[in-house]
Amino acid sequence: MKAKPKVLTGLDFLSAVMVLIAAGLVFFYAPVEVQMGAVQKVFYFHVATAWVGMLGFLVAAVAGVFYLRRNEVRWDIIGVSAVEISLVFFLIAIIMGSIWARPIWNTWWTWDPRLTTAAIVELIYAAYMLLRSGVDDPERRARFSAIYAIFGFISVPLTFISIRLLRTIHPVVIGGAEAASQGGFNMGPSMQWVFFFSLVAFSVFFADLLWHRIRLGELKSAVESLRVKAFQEGM
Amino acid sequence: MRSYLRAVGAVIWKDFRAEWRNRENLSAMLVFALLVILIFNFALELDLQARASLSAGVLWTTFIFAGTIGLNRSLAVEKDRGCLDGLLLAPVDRSVIFFGKAIGNLAFMLLVEAIVLPVFNFLYGLNVFQPGFLGVVVLGSIGYAAVGTLLSTMVVQARTRDILLPILLFPLTLPVVIAAVKASQGFFQNLPLGEFSVWINLLVAYDLIFIAVAFMVFDYVLED
Repeated sequence: MKAKPKVLTGLDFLSAVMVLIAAGLVFFYAPVEVQMGAVQKVFYFHVATAWVGMLGFLVAAVAGVFYLRRNEVRWDIIGVSAVEISLVFFLIAIIMGSIWARPIWNTWWTWDPRLTTAAIVELIYAAYMLLRSGVDDPERRARFSAIYAIFGFISVPLTFISIRLLRTIHPVVIGGAEAASQGGFNMGPSMQWVFFFSLVAFSVFFADLLWHRIRLGELKSAVESLRVKAFQEGM
Repeated sequence: MRSYLRAVGAVIWKDFRAEWRNRENLSAMLVFALLVILIFNFALELDLQARASLSAGVLWTTFIFAGTIGLNRSLAVEKDRGCLDGLLLAPVDRSVIFFGKAIGNLAFMLLVEAIVLPVFNFLYGLNVFQPGFLGVVVLGSIGYAAVGTLLSTMVVQARTRDILLPILLFPLTLPVVIAAVKASQGFFQNLPLGEFSVWINLLVAYDLIFIAVAFMVFDYVLED
């Protein structure tokens, strides 16, 4: 097995520093929003974690396509790694959204379509993990989860369309003007700066975690094949 | 093309004949569907006012639960009795098996719905015999049967197959359920078609997209 690449160590360091800076910017640099107060600051990490979550689900769907076409184990490892990480990030996004919603909408949770969609997305990928644990044969498990990752990702926008069709109270911060009464707001330049920095920081953090998790998956399959080999030699 | 359709027809015909001999699947789906309606009646206390707004949801929940039972059974039978291997040995394209099984499952769902709807009409006095609404029933069932057939073909090959299908299927088919319920509500409440036609469009889009994707990936579901 290859030693840990230097670039990965560098990426560890970079992502740690960037996330710390992002947190610092959110707490000390970003202005306090006039109407909502400090709780608005949840927004920076809420969007960043949700973005990373969706990014990972996209990665898993793309890896699924590549697995089905190329039939190489590493695409399966990439897929499951992305889903595992994104499940956690997406859950964090949902929880942060709840924290924001409590003072702004006066409730932890509403059955707003966008919140509902988020919950469904989380459940789709929880089902993905259950599917994996229910199939023993590794090759079959890889095929089935590739298919499910593709199906899951295609169904997300369709579920999401219902947002536009049903009325929503979720603010459309970027590119939406009518939402001020629902807790939307206009970002000033310094807010935008912090926002985009958080997005980049979390993306780097995601790439770092993904790389680690892929390495872990490769190690795991290496150990597995060693075990099979030792078993055969023992026979 | 003609031989393709003949092969699809043969798979459907086989399912119908097997079903006709024991009627296990259909009767289970039907009894289950009626039980669900009964349970909803007591759980939700469907009085006259609640009916108008809730019956579309109750109907679709019933269809979907009953559909899941049928889907699970339809593929489990193939697997357990070794029929799946027989189907795989047949010199036809794999997608023939998909379309054959999916159309067969759809037909069973529609049959159950055809019996449940008059019962619903009788029990709750809801006018279900509107061509538009029946179209929604067909569209919703198509999407559900297509995705369900693909997933249940996967599920029967899994160790945890008894519990897996609804877990995989429900979150993926949520757009179908939402759109079908909304469209059905529109018909029940006699709204002008323009107000809810968007849901029908969504159903059509869902059906087309998922049939196409299922067609593309079905080969990989049955690779060995």
